[in-house]
Amino acid sequence: MPDERRLPADLIHALEEIVGARFVRTTIEERALYAYDATIRRSLPDAVVRPKTTQEIAALLPICGAHHIPVVPRGAASGLSGGSVPLRGGIALDLTRMDAILEISPQDLLAVAQAGVNTQRFADAVAAQGLFFPPDPSSALASTLGGNAAENAGGPHAFKYGVFRDYVLGLTVVTADGRILHTGGRTVKNVSGYDLTRLFVGSEGTLGVITELTLKLIPKPQAKRTLLTAYDRIEDAAETVSAIIAAGMQPAALEFLDDASMRVVESYLHLGLPVDAQALLLLEVDGPAVAVTEQAEALIALCRTHHSREVEVAQTPQQAEQLWRARKSISSAVARIKPSKISEDATVPPSKLPEMVHRLQEIGRKYEVDLVIFGHAGDGNLHPNIMCDERDAQEMTRVWQAVAEIFATTLDLGGTLSGEHGIGYMKAPFMAWEHAPAELDAMRAVKRAFDPLSILNPGKLFPEDVPPWPVPLPTYPRTPPSA
Amino acid sequence: MAAPLYMPCIKCGLCLSVCPTYQLTQEELESPRGRVQLIAAVDRGVVPLDAPEVDQTLFDCLDCRACEVACPSGVPIGELIETGRAQVTAQQAEHGQLSAGSRLVRFVLRHLFPYPQRLERTARALRWMQRLGLIRFADKVGLLRLFPAGWAEMARALPQIPSKSGRSQLVLPDDSKTSLPTSEAIKGTAALFLGCILDVIFPQANLSSAHVLAHNGWNVCVPADQRCCGALAIHAGDREAARALARRNIDAFLASGADTIVTDAGGCGAALLEYPQLLADDPAYAQKAQDFASRVQDIAEVLVQNGFEKPAAALPMRVTYQESCHLHNVMHVISAPRQLLDSIDGLEIREMPDAARCCGSAGIYNLTHPQLAEPLLARKMADVPSDVDAIVTGNPGCWLQLLHGVQAYGPSCAVTHTVCLLDAAYNREVRS
Ligand SMILES: Cc1cc2nc3c(=O)[nH]c(=O)nc-3n(C[C@H](O)[C@H](O)[C@H](O)COP(=O)(O)OP(=O)(O)OC[C@H]3O[C@@H](n4cnc5c(N)ncnc54)[C@H](O)[C@@H]3O)c2cc1C
Ligand code: SF4
Ligand code: SF4
Repeated sequence: MPDERRLPADLIHALEEIVGARFVRTTIEERALYAYDATIRRSLPDAVVRPKTTQEIAALLPICGAHHIPVVPRGAASGLSGGSVPLRGGIALDLTRMDAILEISPQDLLAVAQAGVNTQRFADAVAAQGLFFPPDPSSALASTLGGNAAENAGGPHAFKYGVFRDYVLGLTVVTADGRILHTGGRTVKNVSGYDLTRLFVGSEGTLGVITELTLKLIPKPQAKRTLLTAYDRIEDAAETVSAIIAAGMQPAALEFLDDASMRVVESYLHLGLPVDAQALLLLEVDGPAVAVTEQAEALIALCRTHHSREVEVAQTPQQAEQLWRARKSISSAVARIKPSKISEDATVPPSKLPEMVHRLQEIGRKYEVDLVIFGHAGDGNLHPNIMCDERDAQEMTRVWQAVAEIFATTLDLGGTLSGEHGIGYMKAPFMAWEHAPAELDAMRAVKRAFDPLSILNPGKLFPEDVPPWPVPLPTYPRTPPSA
Repeated sequence: MAAPLYMPCIKCGLCLSVCPTYQLTQEELESPRGRVQLIAAVDRGVVPLDAPEVDQTLFDCLDCRACEVACPSGVPIGELIETGRAQVTAQQAEHGQLSAGSRLVRFVLRHLFPYPQRLERTARALRWMQRLGLIRFADKVGLLRLFPAGWAEMARALPQIPSKSGRSQLVLPDDSKTSLPTSEAIKGTAALFLGCILDVIFPQANLSSAHVLAHNGWNVCVPADQRCCGALAIHAGDREAARALARRNIDAFLASGADTIVTDAGGCGAALLEYPQLLADDPAYAQKAQDFASRVQDIAEVLVQNGFEKPAAALPMRVTYQESCHLHNVMHVISAPRQLLDSIDGLEIREMPDAARCCGSAGIYNLTHPQLAEPLLARKMADVPSDVDAIVTGNPGCWLQLLHGVQAYGPSCAVTHTVCLLDAAYNREVRS
């Protein structure tokens, strides 16, 4: 990694004036700790800045703009598309000091929190008041609310309850020129002007820095039940998922694990999972106690008709928690297979799930890569993860080719590049595969409106100026083989 | 191409929230991910080994290993940090840059802890100082302030040192069985591991372990040639000293022929379990270390797995259980001590929140890093239910720290070891 960039002394001084000298770091050691997120590329920032307030951020952004220095917002750096990696150097803007939960209001069914609040801590605080905040990315123990909003995170419960976007009532955002915007408000219904809130949700740190969130809460479901079942054929598991959706059932979660992901998580947690099976489904139903029993029975019957093994029902909350811990560990536990991981997030319409699983397996075989599949099957959101060794150039060539084919296949099936992890730098080269020039132009116009100097998180999201894909890209749509 | 140990760290951040030093400081540099990634950066040549931040990230770590349990990828964070420390200290020693503190620690670890007789003599001296009121006197006239902060605190917390160590009461000249079973059904021979400094301060833990094992049908032997486990040396980055101790212990215990090696100190037990890792490159000992480690078990688990007698007498008291980090995170002994406590009639366990979070003891961390250890202890004590009669733990190191905690922050209650309570319950039964 080159280490030649240096920020002008007057900029450093100005930043120190704003956030305090302790919270501006320029040593190589500190910068090395802000060069990464959960993707494989590293890139050093020139400085790390850790603000405490919205005002500090409003003060520092225009100064960075005047110096044309990039600013990359960073939450917990658990991102899987490379969003918080400072590709162009500049300032890693660490938001984790902004960690106050400002209000939880059972009367208004909402909460107000700063962007750096840890997602799990927030969910726990809300639950302690008898309320429920459904977005539950598997990274909740690590991630921040700001990062969740910036990626429009999902999670297992998104199937029934929707994604992060559906719970954001309002935001405080600082734009590149240092202006502070309060979007939305404290009401679920709000049609007062353009929906800026939704624009910032999922904007991956490219439009503004989110500093505060007003989030919608719902009452805690009265009861819930967690079920686990195994399949001897992966197709049967996928068919079950489609059948559940076709039958109009609405479990709170419907998660899919293939055999490899089950085995790694078993070697981590030793829960006694049926490691000889080919696939697992983890299901949850919630709601009024009577309804839950009924729903669970209907689901069990449906799984059985699709050749599942015995359906196990978690007998205690601890057991259910263990099953969820297993599910939420997979994304990291797969590193037990091989030390590098390329994590994809391809999402297809639910009816296409069986075909997608099948095609993914084919891709794995074709390119001879270790492909692991798990994910939020209920909303067609699979996480094909390719496990590899980034030091092995030959293997990596096959990996990058396989990834491109995964994207092409997803789009062929009417899906999208990313269901919840965002585009970042990892998927940016493929944006033109999914979006027509007019759509990309519209996005560029939005970007220019908020960040004309393009200092916020450059090198992300747009197909231009991202690091080139490591292997030549095929064209898309694929030219049909000539007859 | 063997992958470097840090490579499976995918930087997910799932280990951050369990790390006590991260909780305290909210700094990436003080988090497990930050530690692993800084080690990686050194290895890749991005960051120099002698950077102060490298020293800080490695040596501020409590070695509590909570991160390893939280890490789904199985990154051997403890091993990475311990070998990192060894590299840093080796380089500092080479350049004559070891701080006065590190040199003192190294001296004590190399020349005092490994030698039982020197330890006993030191303990005797300390005991006399206590009896003559010299420590209290030194404190009063301000002499203790001459010592670094952590040392003075510990000197104050030190309980009255008993006149005899566990070793002096348990070791028989020819390694013959120390305690013979009091019940007919013989379960096997258990070789008791004594530890070093804490056997001198809290001999009752080892004495109780011997009694309780014998009470439950075990032949107990206490190999005379055993030494300090080496954990403190490993923590301090002195792996050579630790290897010497490990070889000695392996010889002593394998010679005893016992198939179960019992420890009552989570910190020591964890170190013994990891001898194979420590001696992996030693052709003469690699295999023996495996053999040795496969026999090592914590006292609570030995009792629970092989059956133990429920005490007939009641011990009416309320206790809370503080998990030793190494017992929980490395030995994975979690429910066994609670099962022992639960078997005692009249004894009520009041769980504290986050019982497995480090109390700040961490070997001699409380001596070397009082600025972090004190706030950790304060938080721990705030979690102790105010109405308990005792805090129970499974590691004498925590015991000492908690005694200091009770004095400094309250609540006022006793501190003891799981086996001591079980032993007390058995004794009651004999008396009544
Ligand atoms: C083990 C694991 C499991 C995961 N499971 C899921 C899952 O189930 N569902 C899911 O959706 N994702 C999941 N993820 C991905 C990731 O955790 C989410 O994208 C999460 O929302 C990122 O939050 P963060 O705080 O770590 O943000 P970071 O990674 O730090 O940043 C992510 C992006 O948001 C921007 N950003 C961060 N904070 C702000 C802010 N305050 N204002 C503006 N921009 C900001 C950054 O610039 C970057 O572009 C998982 C990741 C891992 C490692
Ligand atoms: S949990 Fe493991 S893989 Fe994840 S950041 Fe921590 S050490 Fe790395
Ligand atoms: S061992 Fe404990 S203090 Fe050290 S990094 Fe892991 S959790 Fe943190």
